[in-house]
Amino acid sequence: MSIYLDNAATTATKPEVLEAMLPYFTQVYGNPSSIHRTGRDARRAVERAREQVAAALNADKGEIYFTAGGSESDNWAIKGTAFAHRAKGNHIITTQIEHHAVLHTCQWLERQGFEVTYLPVDADGLVDPADVERAITDKTILVSVMMANNEIGTIEPIAEIARIARAHGVLMHTDAVQAVGAVEVDVRALGVDMLSLSGHKFYGPKGVGALYVRRGVKLDTYMHGGAQERGRRAGTEYLPGIVGLGKAIELATADIAGHAARLTAMRDRLIDGILKEIPYARLNGHRTRRLPGNVNVSIEYIEGEALLLRLDLAGIEGSSGSACTSGSLDPSHVLLAIGLPHEIAHGSLRLTLGDYNTEADVDATLAALPEIVRTLRDMSPMYQDMLEGALK
Amino acid sequence: MYSEKVMDHFSNPRNVGEIEDASGVGTVGNAKCGDIMRIFLKIENDVIVDVKFKTFGCGAAIATSSMATEMVKGKTVEEALKITNQAVAEALDGLPPVKMHCSLLAEEALKAAIEDYQKKQQAQKEAAQAD
Repeated sequence: MSIYLDNAATTATKPEVLEAMLPYFTQVYGNPSSIHRTGRDARRAVERAREQVAAALNADKGEIYFTAGGSESDNWAIKGTAFAHRAKGNHIITTQIEHHAVLHTCQWLERQGFEVTYLPVDADGLVDPADVERAITDKTILVSVMMANNEIGTIEPIAEIARIARAHGVLMHTDAVQAVGAVEVDVRALGVDMLSLSGHKFYGPKGVGALYVRRGVKLDTYMHGGAQERGRRAGTEYLPGIVGLGKAIELATADIAGHAARLTAMRDRLIDGILKEIPYARLNGHRTRRLPGNVNVSIEYIEGEALLLRLDLAGIEGSSGSACTSGSLDPSHVLLAIGLPHEIAHGSLRLTLGDYNTEADVDATLAALPEIVRTLRDMSPMYQDMLEGALK
Repeated sequence: MYSEKVMDHFSNPRNVGEIEDASGVGTVGNAKCGDIMRIFLKIENDVIVDVKFKTFGCGAAIATSSMATEMVKGKTVEEALKITNQAVAEALDGLPPVKMHCSLLAEEALKAAIEDYQKKQQAQKEAAQAD
């Protein structure tokens, strides 16, 4: 059995979640829009899930819309705001470290005549709220900043940024896909107008997410068609998925502090162990303002994909921001945005812990990783050159 | 995504290391792109008698380095110059399309090492003539 340390990519669906979903495939299979009993039973299940999501976020159930996942929620929030508020202005503010669901949406909007400011971040990946305020013009209609970064785990000062946006009458969206279920997410305390989340990041099913839209926020429809989701998002509801999302968010937020404390302890042991055992390694992302399960390190003089393959052969599953794993020639935009040179960004390793990881997994990783790094460095001409340079 | 042969050469790469008194050394690629290959050749009477490599790069880069070094061992310089990236990739039962540039790097590293050897030969010849 592999040691799965890629919980930021996706998580296992919890058995309780699957169990809650199953009756909605074969027994309560009605269309929630149907008037008959099977349809009404299905409708009740959707509305119960909506209550569960609302309760987890401290929102009203009328502010929760189900979508096909985090990417759709981001697309809807950003494009929907852009087109609904075009008469007021055409300027959007976001950051250089957003998920591609936000970045590529913004780049597409630029081709439609919108203007986008991509704010830089500091070496820890933090956005400076003062930069947000400076970037706001009388044409600004939206600020979209992620709550926690998926690669380096840095948690952004969303409440502070939202206060600034609101003071200037600008709408605020946050992509909280990595944050929900990992840290406390309270839409009222944050003061955001829109928030994206995705079920499979917190032990729910894939293919279902939600968008929180504060009551009164004007947002264009993204998915046109039937009158589902109070006429704002068409398409027959993914009933079992929505039920699973509701159950998963309830479980994930039941004891968020205890859950975060457990993961944080494992995370810190993993970070400290790696930095102690492996020379020429550095932590990426903020040391403490960081997702409880996120470890991201750059290991110099080796390349990330080779490291991942070797780890996989040793039964440990992680991910990397190297070009070879991103499918492009450039390493991760997040690692470049925090100022890493290309060659160090290529050697990044992300290990993300989840509910099913144990202290034994941390031990096994700390036992295997240094040897793998040594082997790859022995093979690396860069490492050889560095050692020879150091001798001279 | 990788063939069994690629995974074999990646997990047990052949000819890793350096040759102290190499007849030719070739380094290609750059760290910015995430690939550097260095090939060391030991050539006697125009035959490659030993070859070693060091590579910074992905799984495909390491596997193509390993395969390329296997393919040139025992070959004459002229034969070695005929080895193409396609041949290296084929010997590995193919590479994913996005990884084909890694096999090109192996071919280039080999050529660079041979060029280095030929330059050294030329310099020796000229030195001998000057005497």
